[in-house]
Amino acid sequence: MAAHVVTISSGKGGVGKTTTTANIAVALAMGGQKVACIDADIGLRNLDLILGLENRIVYDLVDVVEGRCRIRQAMIRDKRLPELYLIPSAQTRDKSAVSPSDMVRLCDELRQEVDWILIDSPAGIERGFRNAMAPADMVVVVTNPEVSAVRDADRVIGLVEAEEKGPARLVLNRLNPVMVKRGDMLAPDDVLELLAVELIGIVPEDDTVVVSTNRGQPVAMDAKSRAGQAFQNIARRLKGEQVPFMDLDEKKGVLGWLSRIARAGGD
Amino acid sequence: MDSGVNLQIKGVRDGLLIAVGEGEWPAVLSAILDHIDARLAFFKGARLTLEVGNRVLHAAELGTLRDRLSDRGVTLWAILSSSPVTEQTAQVLGLATRIHAPRPAERERERERERERPASFRPLDTNLEGDNAILVQRTLRSGFRVASHAHIIVLGDVNPGAEVSAGGNIIVWGRLRGNVHAGMDGNENAVVCALELMPTQLRIADMVISLPGRRGKIQPEMLSLRNGQVVIEPWNPKEK
Repeated sequence: MAAHVVTISSGKGGVGKTTTTANIAVALAMGGQKVACIDADIGLRNLDLILGLENRIVYDLVDVVEGRCRIRQAMIRDKRLPELYLIPSAQTRDKSAVSPSDMVRLCDELRQEVDWILIDSPAGIERGFRNAMAPADMVVVVTNPEVSAVRDADRVIGLVEAEEKGPARLVLNRLNPVMVKRGDMLAPDDVLELLAVELIGIVPEDDTVVVSTNRGQPVAMDAKSRAGQAFQNIARRLKGEQVPFMDLDEKKGVLGWLSRIARAGGD
Repeated sequence: MDSGVNLQIKGVRDGLLIAVGEGEWPAVLSAILDHIDARLAFFKGARLTLEVGNRVLHAAELGTLRDRLSDRGVTLWAILSSSPVTEQTAQVLGLATRIHAPRPAERERERERERERPASFRPLDTNLEGDNAILVQRTLRSGFRVASHAHIIVLGDVNPGAEVSAGGNIIVWGRLRGNVHAGMDGNENAVVCALELMPTQLRIADMVISLPGRRGKIQPEMLSLRNGQVVIEPWNPKEK
């Protein structure tokens, strides 16, 4: 087995890197793939929360790098899915605890064991970003349809190109079709015109994401959620399948929104 | 001068110019440094242009010169030479190889010299030498910067957050949305051309120009200064 190492990055914080990482991982694992996620955001550990695995952390990434445990011991298996593992980051250390070559070594060791390695990059373009980028075969850049996020995505895409990590792929997260229609939000075409990279997913803004994040139950597990569906589609596109983009038109958006309200109220 | 090397020092618009006479390069180098050492207070902080005639100089020689000068607080920024090898070496080291157009009197003298030259040495009138320019064959994304004292041509877009600064003109075969500065050494005749001219900020020489929201259809345009006024002309093939 030789895994694909995919780094999920964005430059700007808060656009949904960690949510995207968790959901792509879940979607790939639901499709029968063996997946390991690595949280490279040392000091600001989050991926474990979103995957709902916080209470099971014994060893973390820094323990592996500093030789206090074997890589297997730090891999937390998600019990809901057959083959999903998390290597959590350390909360009490900082980015300098790990070097880019440590990350390359760790991923090389892991490559033999799994099909996919997803690395959740920290925000920014400093040390933590370099760590996350070093072992990547492919980079997925997450952005939101707003100018500041797009500007930062452009910067990151430029850095990815400079590092010769191949063309970055884009996930446009938290798109609100109603606002786009009103002309109050950047449309996917506006974003793509500037960034000029391959789009592998548009995730509609969806309240269920917040709920599922708080519960540690990634939205990709919810077959009814539109955001969950979008993440499922992204996972399939990563595997090389041709999946048409979801219809995000207004009518469906409103209906979906109403049904979500009904569901949230019923819970 | 004891070394027997003839040095001529002139003030030019961009700083000081030293024209070097005949002599072996090591002798010339020490003559220049001796000359500067003797007048350190005068040279300190100067921007220096060196005219070396048709000497062939290599990167090591120019690099040493630049480092020795910077030890003395003098910035070497341009090398003028009639040798293409030397010019290329200078460009590789990031030095300019052209300074501002000579003053009218000098130009007149040059023309006179041209006329005196035997006809056989004069190049054909249809062979133009052209100016130095650098070509950037990629899209400049946010955070990227290109700067050169020559002209700059970008084959790709200039995205918001990218910067292009040129001593001469800037030509973008793509969308121009970032920051550009043409004629950064004070050349008000510099122009900026782009297929889509929508810069975040644009400067020509010392003038900062912000274009209000662009109206009308998007088309290739050229922006220049005429008597201090900003002029934007569409490039219309039918009119040419």
